[in-house]
Amino acid sequence: MAYRCDLGGERYRFPDLKAVLAAASPLRSGDELAGLAASSDAARVAARTILADLPLTTFLNEAVVPYEDDEVTRLIVDSHDAAAFAPVSHLTVGGFRDWLLGHEAGPAALAALAPGLTPEMVAAVSKLMRLQDLIVVARKCRVTTAFRTTIGLSGRLATRLQPNHPSDDPRGVAASVLDGLLYGAGDAVIGINPASDDVETAIALTTMLDEMRRHYEIPTQTCVLTHVTNAMTIIERGAPVDLVFQSVAGTEAANRGFGVDLALLAEATDAARSLGRGTVGDNAMYFETGQGAALSADAHHGVDQQTVEARAYAVARAFRPLLVNTVVGFIGPEYLSDGKQITRAGLEDHFCGKLLGLPMGCDVCYTNHAEADQDDMDGLMLLLGQAGCSFLITVPGSDDVMLNYQSLSFHDLLTLRTVLGVRAAPEFEAWLDRMGMTTPDGRVRSLEARHPALTRLLDHAGHAR
Amino acid sequence: MTPAADSPAVVPAGADLPDGDRWAALRRATPARIGLGRSGDALPLRPMLDFQLAHARARDAVHAALDVAAIVSALPPHPVLRVHSAAPDRRTYLRRPDLGRQLDADAAATLREAAPADGQSFDLVFIVADGLSAKAVASHAAPVIQACLRRLDGYRIAPIVMAEQARVALGDPVGEGLGARLSVVLIGERPGLSVADSLGIYLTYAPRPGRRDSERNCISNVHGHGGLTPDQAAGKVAWFVREALRRGLTGVGLKDGIEEALLEGGRAPDLPGI
Repeated sequence: MAYRCDLGGERYRFPDLKAVLAAASPLRSGDELAGLAASSDAARVAARTILADLPLTTFLNEAVVPYEDDEVTRLIVDSHDAAAFAPVSHLTVGGFRDWLLGHEAGPAALAALAPGLTPEMVAAVSKLMRLQDLIVVARKCRVTTAFRTTIGLSGRLATRLQPNHPSDDPRGVAASVLDGLLYGAGDAVIGINPASDDVETAIALTTMLDEMRRHYEIPTQTCVLTHVTNAMTIIERGAPVDLVFQSVAGTEAANRGFGVDLALLAEATDAARSLGRGTVGDNAMYFETGQGAALSADAHHGVDQQTVEARAYAVARAFRPLLVNTVVGFIGPEYLSDGKQITRAGLEDHFCGKLLGLPMGCDVCYTNHAEADQDDMDGLMLLLGQAGCSFLITVPGSDDVMLNYQSLSFHDLLTLRTVLGVRAAPEFEAWLDRMGMTTPDGRVRSLEARHPALTRLLDHAGHAR
Repeated sequence: MTPAADSPAVVPAGADLPDGDRWAALRRATPARIGLGRSGDALPLRPMLDFQLAHARARDAVHAALDVAAIVSALPPHPVLRVHSAAPDRRTYLRRPDLGRQLDADAAATLREAAPADGQSFDLVFIVADGLSAKAVASHAAPVIQACLRRLDGYRIAPIVMAEQARVALGDPVGEGLGARLSVVLIGERPGLSVADSLGIYLTYAPRPGRRDSERNCISNVHGHGGLTPDQAAGKVAWFVREALRRGLTGVGLKDGIEEALLEGGRAPDLPGI
């Protein structure tokens, strides 16, 4: 069905629903690359005007990717909870925006609504929101998950400690883990991207991280971010796997590009949960996503990159993950060209994930060929902190020496704790305290060389196998 | 896994080392920016400036122009062609990878005129592409090509093509336009903070637009910071050239074929570490 709108004497036409969604999206290079961006700034506002008047039920009646062609669409449609949707079922997208912003829509109402929302609905409403709206609404969403730590509690911000090494040297990895622990990072997960996709390497790293965790009785979870099929092999081999990781995207074809489908993800989730290693909860999956993934696999079905990204969250939520994060600036300037686009995308992704009921975090990051720098990352991390982001990725000195991109540093975490007053997960916070690593007012200490906590950790890192 | 893991522990247990020495020992195990210290919560000034310098160098490498004359002057005497992708400038190139894979309007004629008049095809063509680091190309392309030419006596080698605003797949229309059986694209890899001048080399048999990445073989990390030397890289290139032309393919099939040949005790001349 075609849509049209008359604005200021001009008529704007859009051939179908996905064209309206694409044109309503704030400008980004990936939609330009795909030939989906609005033809002008005025056409963008026209598309938003049309979108505002569409009933939310439009998205239940009209799929942006055909039901017959795509198992992600089938998952979205078949798992839609009509009863949960009822409180907003009479609203237009514009009316839904106002409803979300209203003070009556509190954490309990939003949590109850989540199963009634589809990715297309939340993507649509995000396109009618400014950054502050995305922050205000996301901040009201409360999504709590748990394994050995509890993620998503009010006033808390967790971190993934990412100790990557260009040749997976366990001692080098251990040195980075130690560095991060000394800043109080790692309560979401200590998670390494291995340079090699070899199972033996992954087993060695899994074992080393687990030994380190047990030696210091650190209440956190570890993860080697390797393909789910590798993870299942590693579990069969008896290695101590906490979380199983996978990159996911918003269409069946894009997921096939990642070598997964929903059945395989279900099998991997069962394998992870069967180990029963969580102490305070059983959320055992970890997913990463990012705008542009579907387009780069030529699997976007003519849908704009932000809407396809939101569909990835429908995939993630089917498997009750502990953690989900968008790797927002990693994919490069052909998808998000500069700090402005990366910032907007990070807040959109966080908003959409939270509204759909996910424990949403973010890798606040950029590559060297994007028009972005650490100042842009400072801005986005502070905005995400305000938005109640569940966790952020941190690496030594912002420099990932294996993946060759820049993320947040452990220092940035300390700044967020001071500026926003956000604290570590309670289990991990208690551990930091036991280790003598916090001051009475809750700051992470700058440790002296001979401080027992430092000596113990350094010695262990020196001996990591 | 590095053998260093079994060498004497970097930090002697219980040793009463000063802070700086302890971190210095751990730093030998990783290039990561560990043990940077703190100014309040923030990064101290010195490591902040170090980081900014590394980022500036990486960005300079991304935005530098390909100095064709300098590279040509470093090459042995051999005909040279220049082509440009359909991306007119760096800004467009970075945002439109599709344009970096297509030739501009003038290139077809340039290539047609250079194709062999005798109807025979070239065995291979070297294509020097700026990619994401013209600096990598400036530093390593000429030495690698020189070392390759020394190893590839007797092959019909097309004019060396200098390609600006180019992605790897620009080698497909170039190779097809010249009628080359194999394309060898030397291209600047995306700069990181630690290495901003790393060269990658991609080989594609029967190049033509639409070739998939799985149909190419890649030799990456040619650089002077612990990467492959030009000689090492040329050894691998020459091996791939001979095998690709003999077997009539590149990509996953060639790599698997090589592994099988090795398992069956077949020959794998001068191919270190594949």
